[in-house]
Amino acid sequence: MKKQTPDERKKNFNEVAFGLSEEEALKESSRCISCKKAKCSMNCPVEIDIPGFISAIKNKDFGKAIRIIKEKNNLPGVCGRVCPQENQCEGACILNAKKAPINIGGLERFVADWELRNTASAANHRPLASKQAKVAVIGSGPAGLTCAGDLARMGYRVTVFEALHVAGGVLMYGIPEFRLPKEIVQKEVRYLESLGVEIKTNFIVGKTSLLKDLFEQGYKAVFAGTGAGLPSFMKIPGENLNRVYSSNELLTRVNLMKAYLFPEYDTPVNIGKKVAVIGGGNTAMDSARVSLRLGAEKVYIVYRRTENEMPARKEERENAKEEGVEFRMLTLPVKISGDENGFVKSMECVKMELGEPDDSGRRRPVAIKGSEFTMDVDTVIVAVGQSPNPVFLKATPELALDKWSKIIIDPKTQASNIKGVYAGGDATEGDDTVIAAMGAGKRAAKAISEYLKNEN
Amino acid sequence: MFDVLRNEKIAPNIFKMIINAPLLAAKAKAGQFMMIRIDDKGERIPLTIADTDGKNITIVYQVAGVTTHRLTEKKAGETVSDVVGPLGHATDVRKIGTVCCVGGGVGIAELYPVAKAYKSAGNDVIIIIGARNKELLIFKKELADLGAQLLVATDDGSDGEKGFVSGILKRLIDSGRNIGLVYAVGPGVMMEVISNLTKPYGIKTLVSLNTVLVDGTGMCGSCRIQVGNETKFACVDGPEFDGHLVNFKELKARQSLFKEQEKHACKIRGILQ
Repeated sequence: MKKQTPDERKKNFNEVAFGLSEEEALKESSRCISCKKAKCSMNCPVEIDIPGFISAIKNKDFGKAIRIIKEKNNLPGVCGRVCPQENQCEGACILNAKKAPINIGGLERFVADWELRNTASAANHRPLASKQAKVAVIGSGPAGLTCAGDLARMGYRVTVFEALHVAGGVLMYGIPEFRLPKEIVQKEVRYLESLGVEIKTNFIVGKTSLLKDLFEQGYKAVFAGTGAGLPSFMKIPGENLNRVYSSNELLTRVNLMKAYLFPEYDTPVNIGKKVAVIGGGNTAMDSARVSLRLGAEKVYIVYRRTENEMPARKEERENAKEEGVEFRMLTLPVKISGDENGFVKSMECVKMELGEPDDSGRRRPVAIKGSEFTMDVDTVIVAVGQSPNPVFLKATPELALDKWSKIIIDPKTQASNIKGVYAGGDATEGDDTVIAAMGAGKRAAKAISEYLKNEN
Repeated sequence: MFDVLRNEKIAPNIFKMIINAPLLAAKAKAGQFMMIRIDDKGERIPLTIADTDGKNITIVYQVAGVTTHRLTEKKAGETVSDVVGPLGHATDVRKIGTVCCVGGGVGIAELYPVAKAYKSAGNDVIIIIGARNKELLIFKKELADLGAQLLVATDDGSDGEKGFVSGILKRLIDSGRNIGLVYAVGPGVMMEVISNLTKPYGIKTLVSLNTVLVDGTGMCGSCRIQVGNETKFACVDGPEFDGHLVNFKELKARQSLFKEQEKHACKIRGILQ
């Protein structure tokens, strides 16, 4: 797929990858051999009929292609861009034997964007609500939106409660504009609204209303997709200095509040010239690339293991490196030092080496004695993970949580310990990608429908 | 969209706004705050809920930057795009005995619902308020109407005694008044002085922190502050904390993070600071 050149793109927030042209999409689709036993579909968390939609592209019937995708996936414009296809559909493609798997993500994005350009087709949908039962969905991230969309298609009356001022959750505040344009997210949200999903922003379940209030207001079932909104810090000295940000704060300021357009937009962000991003996930890559675009001259990824152990997608690591992000592997920060005004001045680290495998199966990094050194940085972004957002959980003490404060669910149905309450996405264990969260939302929608049938 | 019902200047640079927000108003309790965003280009800022009547909420703000300046331009009948809450823990109001409520500057408005709640819970409430001069002494009448003892200090002596709220509190303590709790809200330096004052006497002291916030729901960590040996998030763990454990030096430093940006934004918009 064509991209903006690294030199060009590190100066703007426009989307990096251009997407396939019609000609390219037709050519790519023609390579698909339409396997009878399609391994790609089997490896899709939402079980899209992939050979089916690719065949429609071959026939230039893009409308049919998007309809096939939308039978299973309400957010194709999002998934085509941010799914880790290399581990899922594309990773399972039979053509991997020739080291040339079909670019399924690119094709999905192509038909999704084709439809979004033809807004008339989205407007043709009419609200479907044919059933009486009302369902509440808490949180409008990928899990919540998927659950809401599927329930609306089944005819339920669905209300999504969103704490922020705009729907989309992590798709809006977490993933940067240059990977996932916010306009795409909002168009997909509007599509769900066209299915009859009602979205209430500025509404925090746990504060504005409690879970029991929702049941009293007549909601018969609830899906909690409250996300992973509580950033972790490393608990090292100096972490509360100015210009130490959680990746969540940096990304929220920039993506959701558009601080990159300050002062046209009112939200500021204060980034220095030399930025260290701590962590090895996609969020760390996003934070590093955002820092470059905000004008940082040097951006380092600081990670205590090696690149082989990094959870970030290969594509994102490569994008970051191409743009000039420097990787400092086997490096563990131990202290951040500040100047007299409380701003970051430097970061002390130790060198690590890999020892025996730990619980995760990855070799455990061990500090090398006497290897302390100082990094000359003025900004530190902490991207070492997060735990579930506590607001709803604290207000709902009857909800059973595991020792990481994640909602305990039945993995088949996403049912929590409370009757009629389901959960999925980052609020539960394991659903750590957009598509996994969507898969959970789908399972929950199905289970909620079964539950409501049995209740009536 | 939320309707602005009133927006009036109540002191130099200090405004009171009433917004129709029934859901929030129905749940809001003393000590809680809300987030407000004026429009699509606006930032999210936290404001303490100074009063509610079940349907509408009252906020009091001091013009300190672009957003608060833009708020002053809103007229009754206009709208603000977003209001959300109530956020943070409500004040744990119970009968303690004598509660001394101390407010400084615009914090006096934030003190009002708390003092009212402690009074309703049957406490003997002493209210001490202070400001630079009598024009800046907001909510004096509302607080006086609570029927509690009200003591006043101004820097220039234009109302009450010349001096600081801490001076009055110290005299009260030294006079042998048995104070069960001190609740302080105001500028960081005032809360620090009050906390330092009560510490040697072992009087439990709560302070309500005004940190920088983005979402207000625990998501960003912008509001983190060292309390004792732990880092707490003011939005979800607070905003009230034990004043004897708060690292006020850190609080003040963190409040300066966006000073340059704020100055720049004000300058290009022609807003004088």
